[in-house]
Amino acid sequence: MALDPQILKRWQAADIVLIGGSAGSFKLFFSVVKNINADINKTIILVMHRKKNFFSEIEKLFAEHSRIYLKEIADKDELKKNTIYIAPANYHTLIEKEGYFSLDVSEPVWYSKPSIDVTFESAAEVFNGRCAAILLSGANQDGAEGLLKLRQSGSLTIAQDPQEAEMAEMPRSAIDMDAAEFILKTEDIIHLIRT
Amino acid sequence: MKVQLSGIAPEELSELISLVKGVHGFDFSDYGKASLTRRVSRIMSLKKLSFYDLKHRLVNEDGFFQHFLEEVTVNVTEMFRDPNFYRSVNELVIPYLSTYQHVKIWTAGCSSGEEVYSLAILLREAGIKHKCFIYGTDINTEVLKEARKGIYSFRKIKSYAENYVMASLKGSLTDHFTVMYDAATIHSELKQDTLFSVHNLVSDGVFNEFQLITCRNVFIYFDNALQERILDLFYNSLAPHGFLCLGSKETIRSETFRKKFKVINGKENIYQKIGT
Repeated sequence: MALDPQILKRWQAADIVLIGGSAGSFKLFFSVVKNINADINKTIILVMHRKKNFFSEIEKLFAEHSRIYLKEIADKDELKKNTIYIAPANYHTLIEKEGYFSLDVSEPVWYSKPSIDVTFESAAEVFNGRCAAILLSGANQDGAEGLLKLRQSGSLTIAQDPQEAEMAEMPRSAIDMDAAEFILKTEDIIHLIRT
Repeated sequence: MKVQLSGIAPEELSELISLVKGVHGFDFSDYGKASLTRRVSRIMSLKKLSFYDLKHRLVNEDGFFQHFLEEVTVNVTEMFRDPNFYRSVNELVIPYLSTYQHVKIWTAGCSSGEEVYSLAILLREAGIKHKCFIYGTDINTEVLKEARKGIYSFRKIKSYAENYVMASLKGSLTDHFTVMYDAATIHSELKQDTLFSVHNLVSDGVFNEFQLITCRNVFIYFDNALQERILDLFYNSLAPHGFLCLGSKETIRSETFRKKFKVINGKENIYQKIGT
């Protein structure tokens, strides 16, 4: 199925791509990373729920399959184009208007640290309408409110089709809140990433 | 459902910062704005305060500022947070500290004391606790009261137990506590030779000379210029070859101080002072 030209246009105009996901989103995150083209010319920020202390090999695995530079965020890292940033475990990731990340160890949000809401809300305040954000599978409502703020600030907002998500609650919450401007099938998300 | 886009606007935040500085003498101007905005917005929403109400209470209500300070600064901490960090200290820093007759340690931004007591346990397990003195400082008087008590909810201690095991320490964390109902009190022996007092990294100076300074997850709230000023304070507070430990995601970014500190562990951000 061809993508709505409106989505494509907005996607192409976005400087920052934000993707949030929790339980059941790992496979799709991995496909996203594998399908990002070297000349995407955007900053990609991934916020995945994960447990502290289990320094999975996620970064290593993702970096091996990525065509662009990928790193776990450290405090005050500058946001650069053609780079994939991964929010570290046990911190919230915030964005400063000067164009760098700030980390934060405050209370979990929706039992989650990193919280997708925290990063999305911060991006909504700093970037106005310059983002494209996608919310994937997950078993709680983190990310829905952040996605709404992104939408209200004029950014492109997408939820994974809950029927295809392993855990429907997260994208479902966003849709119920009217935070997702578009609902996409998994293959369309990949298609979008590749354009 | 309608959601408010943001609690406090950028120009209101600047106004608040100058008000707090003028009335209470605390300077937040070089704090990272993203977190500060979020914390202030949170207070406003929890207490249902408009920006005007907030300013009014900060100026006119006794004791409100102390409460504001507690809420605006982040006091979330854990015992043995980042277990690999404690393993590295054990391997790389303790042998150096062992060579001294008397060791002074400063934990800057100690919050409710978990990090100070984690170090105390580490030093005791290494057999050098008796010759060490740990200073814990924070800008917040309330959290320091908690730190001095050394009493934590049993639920919290249980949640730190996994960190303890992963830090490769023997026995279990509860071995260092007396548990009564739902409260766990740190053994008095571990409280010995610790001192908790108020110190503001932004405005206060050097107060002693240390072999080890830990300041973990404090720099994340400061902008790069303020970080550099505090690195200068730490540099001047360290004995020759003294160690500085930052948080696992905090690195020395200042070019000047990259030359003044040697990287001992680049993953856990353990540094050693070069020169005198």
